[in-house]
Amino acid sequence: MAKIIGGLTTSHIPAVGNAMASKLEQDPYWKRFFDGYEPVKQWLDEVKPDLAIIVYNDHGLNFFLDKVPTFALGCADSYQNADEGWGIPASADVPGDAQFSWHLAESLIRQEFDMTTCQEMLVDHGFMVPMNLFWRQHEHWPLKAIPLAVNTVQHPLTSAARCYKLGKALRKAVESYPEDMKVVVIGTGGLSHQLQGERAGIIDVDFDLKCIDKIINDPQWMAELSNDYIMEKAGTEGIEVIMWMVMRGALADKVDVLHKHYHAPISNTGAGVLLLTDAQS
Amino acid sequence: MVWNRHEYDDIPGTYVFDGKRANSGYALNRMAFSFNSEANRKEFAADMDAYCRKYGLSDEQREAVLNGEFLKLLHLGCNVYYLAKIAVFHGLNVQDAGAAFQGITADQFRQKLLDQSTGFQDRLQQEGGYWHG
Repeated sequence: MAKIIGGLTTSHIPAVGNAMASKLEQDPYWKRFFDGYEPVKQWLDEVKPDLAIIVYNDHGLNFFLDKVPTFALGCADSYQNADEGWGIPASADVPGDAQFSWHLAESLIRQEFDMTTCQEMLVDHGFMVPMNLFWRQHEHWPLKAIPLAVNTVQHPLTSAARCYKLGKALRKAVESYPEDMKVVVIGTGGLSHQLQGERAGIIDVDFDLKCIDKIINDPQWMAELSNDYIMEKAGTEGIEVIMWMVMRGALADKVDVLHKHYHAPISNTGAGVLLLTDAQS
Repeated sequence: MVWNRHEYDDIPGTYVFDGKRANSGYALNRMAFSFNSEANRKEFAADMDAYCRKYGLSDEQREAVLNGEFLKLLHLGCNVYYLAKIAVFHGLNVQDAGAAFQGITADQFRQKLLDQSTGFQDRLQQEGGYWHG
């Protein structure tokens, strides 16, 4: 039986991708941010998950604004990264698992989450930055991955509450797969940032830390926040934090915190990292 | 024939990308999406005016693209992630655009980010349980 062995969160800022490509990890601006990932990388290399479900939003690579699925699931055997318009070299293709994906799609749709199924899916920085943050030390990707794209770009968007429920459905879907597999679920994006308008450049450390605390200890509080409230506090792009709630829903009600890291600013953003597991006691 | 009002319309200096903006900015964003292809970027760079016309931008949108008027592009329905694909041609990134929206320099913009984050490590100590290296 497949099992969720942990939940991770991370920001997916493109500037982080550039920093990794330019090997700036030891640069004074970046060092503390990147050092905070090392314990998570060590844990991952010890427990060796077979597959990561990466919850992210596409920023205009695979999905143009002509057709925007609220939830889309990759159902392919391989996922390609590609040029997003600024000519950065693409990362190596990431292996998928079509059989597992289609199982997830069947189970989720049965549970009333009507996923868009994607047999071809280009994955942008929202997916690749987390892959690289956690696994770039390996010559080849050491696990398979499944992209789960959430629309956080073209409103109306889904909600924190709905993402939390999707996480719970995702857990049931994973646990009903007959193959023995160790799975991690990664919620990406956030935390506070606003890229657009005269209000661009918002970072709200207090709100970020409150979200981190509540996502760990009281996810229902987070689930009850409206998108308007989150955008007012955390900025229009800070709404990405709702994707962390998919990760949280996929874990048990009580969790152990194996790692908690925060740094600000990274580019325009308050950047948070979590490694959570179901509570052991 | 009215666009719905939303609570978020009252957030100052903010242009939530909803149906109203998606509708008015469609041609503009469609053009920006085409810049994912290097061949299209070359074609645009060779004759920006002609390329904007090919994608059916309004005169206002075309002028804002050519002049790199980023705030105006938001007003005209450009999505910020698509605006980033346009900013590249002006040698700029999203932080530069963030500064331009407010009429400040990129250094001032970065300072604003730093100012809001000042003391965050003390806050982490108060919260407890955070990684400190």
